[in-house]
Amino acid sequence: MPDWLSPAEWDALRLSLRVAFWATLVSLPPALLVAHALARWRFPGHGLLNGLVHLPLVLPPVVTGYVLLLTLGRRGFVGQYLDQWFGIVFAFRWTGAVVAAAVMAFPLMVRAIRLSVEAVDPKLEQAAGSLGASRPWVWATVTLPLILPGVIAGAILAFAKAMGEFGATITFVSNIPGETQTLPSAIYSFLQVPGGEGAAARLALVSVAVAMTALVASEFLARRAARRVHGR
Amino acid sequence: MSVSISLRHRLADFTLDVAFDAPSGVTVLFGPSGSGKSTVLNAVAGLLRPDAGKVAVGGTVLTDTAQRLFVPPHRRRLGVIFQDGRLFPHLSVRQNLRYGRWFSPASARRTPESAVVEMLGIGALLDRAPATLSGGERQRVAIGRALLADPRLILADEPLSALDDDRKGEILPYLERLRDEWGVPMLYVSHSPAEVARIATTVVMLDAGRITRIGPAAEVLADPATAGPGREAGAVIEAQVIRHHDDGVTELAAGGLPLFLPTIGAAPGARLRLRIAAPDVMLARGRPTEISALNILPGTVESLTEQGGQVLVRLSTPAGPVLSRITRRSAAQLGVAPGEALTAVVKSVSHAPADVGRAHR
Repeated sequence: MPDWLSPAEWDALRLSLRVAFWATLVSLPPALLVAHALARWRFPGHGLLNGLVHLPLVLPPVVTGYVLLLTLGRRGFVGQYLDQWFGIVFAFRWTGAVVAAAVMAFPLMVRAIRLSVEAVDPKLEQAAGSLGASRPWVWATVTLPLILPGVIAGAILAFAKAMGEFGATITFVSNIPGETQTLPSAIYSFLQVPGGEGAAARLALVSVAVAMTALVASEFLARRAARRVHGR
Repeated sequence: MSVSISLRHRLADFTLDVAFDAPSGVTVLFGPSGSGKSTVLNAVAGLLRPDAGKVAVGGTVLTDTAQRLFVPPHRRRLGVIFQDGRLFPHLSVRQNLRYGRWFSPASARRTPESAVVEMLGIGALLDRAPATLSGGERQRVAIGRALLADPRLILADEPLSALDDDRKGEILPYLERLRDEWGVPMLYVSHSPAEVARIATTVVMLDAGRITRIGPAAEVLADPATAGPGREAGAVIEAQVIRHHDDGVTELAAGGLPLFLPTIGAAPGARLRLRIAAPDVMLARGRPTEISALNILPGTVESLTEQGGQVLVRLSTPAGPVLSRITRRSAAQLGVAPGEALTAVVKSVSHAPADVGRAHR
């Protein structure tokens, strides 16, 4: 392991990548579903769902973290049963950090996917149906390929947001080195102790590098997918 | 294989109420926009659930509201050619052509891909993306895609209306070959009399949700009662190519009468359909000599119909019925009356290329 980062700093980077990866992965399927629901379906509670999804975007992150603590904490009204029945505990675990990051990143992902779903011409799906494709097949062979650029952009945006999530994470799962201390929490901690400025600066640079890489990668992938969709 | 359709469906302005049987060949649903023809097509395709009705294709019932039967669109095995092509932009031409094949039962796959590609002349386009094709090329691929799904019936929803006249002329021969060589029945929505004249075997005329006339194309088009305004009125006659002359004319024969057209690209012996627009037909008493027009068709007046301040004369000739639109003054001066022997005179250059098509075998 190169020694330009201390073991504690490496831990924070690795944990952040892991948390962001899982947060992106677990929010992808529900984000696809919600994006389709919001873009295509008309149902009672449409506006409510829309508001609920976007709430973490406008609430102070501390409030989101507090709500997570109330619901999914060890004595939370959902969390206590998860613990009793399945032995699943989120509080003060890295999995809790995944939940916090996923909730915070969810609206960004839904927005990106929703826009691309709205751009798909339903007439193409109708044409696919007329050629014998059932609804699931139409989705897999026509809808998904056409929304792929939006899905990729949304996923990478969510990944970057999850990497940087601080307020909800620290409120929900605290700041335990090696377990829940992600990059932003580590930077915050280093800034609290005398002589920690160097470590904080190094981690800040790492954050910038990761974010830049994510943005470049998303741009590249989305462009490639768009070329495929709109013809060479 | 025949198609049997009866539908009743309430629309915004009127109630669609139609019932007809379409024999094999091309059945054109013809009428002004908003007459309900696309609604009929959508009901057959399964994109619309009629309030009441029954749709059966070749003995397979697809919709029957009395039995609460409704086969979903993807299980109807119909090939739809849409107005706007609707090729999948993320797939190559080849993948577009094969799309329906992924879902058709193996036992139904009888259309050879190579024959379709050759018939439509799209061999050079197979690896291209739809976005790089011209409008005409795109519509040819759309025809191939529908055909390769091995449909029981092809539904064509104004497949040419998004194209300019040149492109229409480019696509029409392929639709004729589809009709004559593939034997797949087709339900074709159109509001263009030229298209009807070219490809229809049977015409179903619709107006405000009702059928106003149904019958063989030549009969319906030569009926003054249902003829459209302006150049839309015009009878269709069938003729055979005799020979091409050096001075730029092609000689044809129809009912023993010689006809002359500016040179057309059909081999001697080929049977063609010619649409003669009613305003292009002059009437004369006796056989005019010293006149530039080359086509002289002697006949007998069958009927006179007033239409928009003018007169539509139906003349029976050895080549078939011909419609002529003249002013009331001309009709009076010439003494046009049923039973009179008159001659129809048509300039050779009157025919638009889109008005010359091949005859249905």
